[in-house]
Amino acid sequence: MSDVIDIDAIGEGQVAVMDQLPSGEIPAESPLHHLDSTVPTFTSKPAGVRLWEEALKGHLVLRGNAEDPTFQRGVEAALGMALPERLRSVQQGPLSLRWIAPDEWLLVCPGDQAAALEIRLRRHLSGHFAVVNVSGGQTLIHLAGPDAAMVLKKSCPYDLHEHNFPIGKVVTTVLAKTQATLCKIAADQWELVVRRSFADYAWRWLVDASAEYGLIGDTPATAAQRRASTGRHPVSSET
Amino acid sequence: MTQINRLSSGGRIDRETPIRFVFNGRHYGGYRGDTLASALLANGVKVVGRSFKYGRPRGIVAAGAEEPNAIFQLGAEESTQVPNVRATQQEIFEGLVSRPTSGWPGLGFDLMGAAGKLFGRMLPPGFYYKTFMFPQSFWEVYEKYIRKAAGLGRSPRVPDADIYDHLNQHTDVLVVGAGPAGLSAALAAARTGARVILADEQAEPGGSLLYSRDLIDGEAPDRWLHNTLTELAGYEHVQVLTRATVNGYHDHNFLTIHERRSDHLSDRAPEGQARQRMHRVRAHWVVLATGAHERPLVFGHNDLPGCMLASAVSTYIRQYGVVPGRRLVLMTTNDYGYRTAFDWQDSGHEVVAVVDTRQNPEGPYQEEARARGLTLMRGCAVIEAKGGQQVTGAVIAPIDADGGRVTGATRVLACDTLASSGGWSPAVHLSCHTGSRPVWRDDIIGFVPGETVQRQLVAGAVDGTYSLAGCLREGLRAGVEAAVKAGYPSVPTAAPKVNELTEGEAMALFCVPHLKRTSRAPKQFVDFQTDVTAAAIELATREGFESIEHVKRYTAMGFGTDQGKLGNINGMAIAARSMNKTIPETGTTVFRPNYTPVTFGAIAGRHCDELFDPKRYTAMHPWHVEHGAKFEDVGQWKRPWYYPKPGETMQQALDRECRATRESIGILDASTLGKIDIQGKDAREFLGRVYTNAWAKLAVGKCRYGLMCGEDGMVFDDGVTSCLGEQHFLMTTTSGGAARVLEWLEFYHQTEWPELEVYFNTVTDHWATMSIAGPNSRKLLAELCDDIDLDRDAFRFMDWRQGTVAGVPARVFRISFTGELSFEINVQANYGLYVWEKLFEHGAKYNLTPYGTETMHILRAEKGFIIAGQDTDGAVHPYDLGMSWAVKEDKPFSFIGKRGMKRADCVREDRKQLVGLKTRNPKVVLPEGAQAVNDPNQPKPMTMLGHVTSSYYSANLGRSIAMGLIRDGFNRMGDTVYYPQTDGSVIEAEICSPIFLDPKGERQNV
Amino acid sequence: MFYIHCPYCCEYREEEEFHAKGQAHIARPADPDQCSDEEWGTYLYFRKNPRGLHHEIWVHAIGCRKFFNVTRDTQTYEIKETYKMGEQPKVTSVSDTLETEEAAQ
Ligand SMILES: [Zn+2]
Repeated sequence: MSDVIDIDAIGEGQVAVMDQLPSGEIPAESPLHHLDSTVPTFTSKPAGVRLWEEALKGHLVLRGNAEDPTFQRGVEAALGMALPERLRSVQQGPLSLRWIAPDEWLLVCPGDQAAALEIRLRRHLSGHFAVVNVSGGQTLIHLAGPDAAMVLKKSCPYDLHEHNFPIGKVVTTVLAKTQATLCKIAADQWELVVRRSFADYAWRWLVDASAEYGLIGDTPATAAQRRASTGRHPVSSET
Repeated sequence: MTQINRLSSGGRIDRETPIRFVFNGRHYGGYRGDTLASALLANGVKVVGRSFKYGRPRGIVAAGAEEPNAIFQLGAEESTQVPNVRATQQEIFEGLVSRPTSGWPGLGFDLMGAAGKLFGRMLPPGFYYKTFMFPQSFWEVYEKYIRKAAGLGRSPRVPDADIYDHLNQHTDVLVVGAGPAGLSAALAAARTGARVILADEQAEPGGSLLYSRDLIDGEAPDRWLHNTLTELAGYEHVQVLTRATVNGYHDHNFLTIHERRSDHLSDRAPEGQARQRMHRVRAHWVVLATGAHERPLVFGHNDLPGCMLASAVSTYIRQYGVVPGRRLVLMTTNDYGYRTAFDWQDSGHEVVAVVDTRQNPEGPYQEEARARGLTLMRGCAVIEAKGGQQVTGAVIAPIDADGGRVTGATRVLACDTLASSGGWSPAVHLSCHTGSRPVWRDDIIGFVPGETVQRQLVAGAVDGTYSLAGCLREGLRAGVEAAVKAGYPSVPTAAPKVNELTEGEAMALFCVPHLKRTSRAPKQFVDFQTDVTAAAIELATREGFESIEHVKRYTAMGFGTDQGKLGNINGMAIAARSMNKTIPETGTTVFRPNYTPVTFGAIAGRHCDELFDPKRYTAMHPWHVEHGAKFEDVGQWKRPWYYPKPGETMQQALDRECRATRESIGILDASTLGKIDIQGKDAREFLGRVYTNAWAKLAVGKCRYGLMCGEDGMVFDDGVTSCLGEQHFLMTTTSGGAARVLEWLEFYHQTEWPELEVYFNTVTDHWATMSIAGPNSRKLLAELCDDIDLDRDAFRFMDWRQGTVAGVPARVFRISFTGELSFEINVQANYGLYVWEKLFEHGAKYNLTPYGTETMHILRAEKGFIIAGQDTDGAVHPYDLGMSWAVKEDKPFSFIGKRGMKRADCVREDRKQLVGLKTRNPKVVLPEGAQAVNDPNQPKPMTMLGHVTSSYYSANLGRSIAMGLIRDGFNRMGDTVYYPQTDGSVIEAEICSPIFLDPKGERQNV
Repeated sequence: MFYIHCPYCCEYREEEEFHAKGQAHIARPADPDQCSDEEWGTYLYFRKNPRGLHHEIWVHAIGCRKFFNVTRDTQTYEIKETYKMGEQPKVTSVSDTLETEEAAQ
């Protein structure tokens, strides 16, 4: 792998940058890959709720000073989009950038682009900042449908009313006895970022809370995504 | 039995839908819309329970939440048992099974009644107080009888068949109570566009409108009620919750609503639906329209079945089409009470007399009474009820103007129902929950909500406004005000016109005088549920309990499940009279959540069974399950504890795992270790401040063990931190300490040293971590990794390297918690299971053995490695652990813990210190937690030297090993200490070095 | 259950998202090694327990992970203000002023 990424050139010995994807065809298993066998994912009623994992995406935590114009410009140059406002999300093609804290953002990208984007960011940023690959540590769960809001009301203490939670808003809050970063991505659809080790609990909780509304917990396509060969695609030298 | 008391028409029940139910083993009939109470009254059931202390028969008194007697156990099956249900709030459904909770030993068989006198003597006022003051044994003797008799009901003995859930809600305006005030408040607020929740505890919204005689806009209130509900139902931003009790008002306008979603439908909830739901509501503004409870008057034998609240009698007649008897005597201190006589007469039954305690009441109510030809007895009171199992008559006497004494001869009127109205007590309960004390108002003879810091408005009877017109008007005002304060534009709503009779002044009478003084008079009950009498309250004040809060605790008044809704004000009045004080002078009584009892199911919600607490899994978890691992809870993590083979005991499995690791190779899933990514130019400086040892010179590619202390110098976590780059470190923490350590680092960064340029991010879940340990671990790794030079001198102990393991990019750390040659392989968690399985494919020939936390503990204990939190307890500093090598005192910055370790007590020579312990008998394993003493024969209390912190049987050493804290232990090597056991035996152990195996550390350096 | 305004998220959030971290405005001594045992003990262990206004630190643990200050009335549980780390309270009580004066003497 060092033939593609020159770690020393990127991190200049200051930080260890690492492409963490295998170069061969090696199966990756999402935090919810085991679900098919252990958690019922269908109920019989017409579905008021749909629930699926958007598995094996690239997740990068970006830290920096939002007030610093150099940092702002660097992010924009690297990602083609400006930092989102407080509690907001921005989207650029397959990339989304979510506000997490005044000095923290979450960049979600296609699974094979995490390393390339980390390198891009590091090339465009200077001074005090950090980029951390957390792709293995969390996953995305989508909750959609006319009763999705009811399921979230059973799970989260945050006010989900559209006045308070418009499309594009991002909120990290309590989800049952764990936590999630919620982003409203359409009128009846939320994306939840949950930590890997809590994903099973979060999923079971949501399935349970959805039961009375009727649930489609998976489609063969979304289930298949959980266990996929995600061999690394070579990082082009332009990135 | 037929419904002998059912009127042929009227009421809001559905006569087309008859329903059969069971009470106390007998079948009864009723109609949909009946409560258990209305249906039992319809069937002529008078006695529904026996009193707690005296075993006296008790009947239904009220028609709402304030009912003290008809408290039932519900449920047709063991799994559907519900205790503490008020019959007045439980609707009947086909097949409902109920029984009294206070009927022991049986409603018909009056054992308790016979024993009442004796038992009553056993339970004088102050019983609880004295019981808790005097030896515990007294309580133990009586507790089970008292509990059984006390009518507390019981919880199911098998898991609940139903589910319960929670719903978090936010609203602009929460209106509590859907009577006339609450409905108008909700309507007014809804019209502004504000989000409104209107909650009412009854099955049907309407409150007093459901039985009111008044007219709204010239018609029975039903039309206004219907129109209002229809309009509210049309608003998407309005929720009307029925069977939903707002039972708690907490800080910052957080309220809980206990909604019974299917208790009225069947014994079990419909499939997939929650039986009850707890709404957790954050309201911008709250309008309390909780109404008022009528006060019964206190008189002799006022607890006989047939004695009822006047308004309850009206409710049963008008709302349920049930007249509870044939002949009514009504006693009232106010005009409103007259309505019950009118309602009774309208139902076609005889009103024997209206007994008005006022000397000369005159107004529209008296006019109507005369016009109806009712017998009106003014300046009189019912001083005593007559009857054995139920009311058969009323003893009536003239009383003086302030109700202090009987002024003339008595006469007895035959009757079967004795209704009384002593006026109204505003339902101030919720307003009290957040600490606001209610305020007495002489003009309404009651307490109203006091000052509050909550965003709360009040409307209607809860604020002492009893006229229907007033309630509607106040409701509208409060609704608009709440919505405007919540940021919505005012929308004027006109109040409807009301026709109602004007009421005259009421009399402040609580306890009716008797011919005899209170202590000699027939029992005058104040609190039915706890059997507290007027005489008991007087006794309490004579014994010196002057504050009403003390009187309550001494007599147990208000301590029942009804919290004294009926009795508290009467009790205060009696205490005040007995001390020649005013009611407010005796103090105020406040109420606490919950307003009415709430099931544990509703409190727990879905946080039960497998969803009780998160179970955290590592990426390799499915493999552990497949391979028969037993799991241990470490925080919320499920960690493999050990992997027994078929037929193996735990000890056999541990022995095998330990030997395999030391002899060839073992593997541990270490993914749960906390991992914190640290980046920034000041990362190194920061580490130097939070760890006790030095970090200034740790080179890239190197790892170091560190101890983390609090400012007090005591160890609170430890772990290995690796230098990934000049400005990049990976810190590991204990599995249980990960979140705490991250918060600790952030705390110091954000509050003390914000100038340091460093970022912390958790990567605990991102990396799957597998630790291979044992002499063959290098060989195994070499088979799967060809891009790291594994030579002992190229990849040394406490180095880390980046490479590829089984085709997956990995960071490999040559660190060891076992003392063996060991490599910790970290790969992105999505590939953890793959790499783990590849290790087993190649490891079979080395007998690669998975081991769990227990073997990990044994192996590290053989080496004397500590576990923070097990061998430390928050009172142990690094020197106590013999780890001075991990403290670098001459660092330029005074690191956290340095100053703490220098306090006088911390530098004493004879502190408790961590040492090894070898039992004299090598087969005996010391129990962890056992206390050491010097002399096992010393009389108790013995001088304790410290406790055993870690103790195991080591197969590798063929003996037990232990570590423990011993006072002055470092100076006592070779000494013998004794561990007395609970069975009287004593374990003898020798103090030794905690490093039992390979003291020079040669095994890990091969 | 408090409703707490996070000065970093600029929103009210439920108490469940926060952890309380004790009294605010206690600076770590610049040179701990020069502190007497008593001074160090005071820094470490002695805290106010006022009936009334209390300045305390909270962290938006399930949220932005930022620490901030809260001025809270310990009798009514009202939160009078929240403000960022490094800022000073706007709401102070008479008793606080007195205590400061006493400390200064
Ligand atoms: Zn925040």
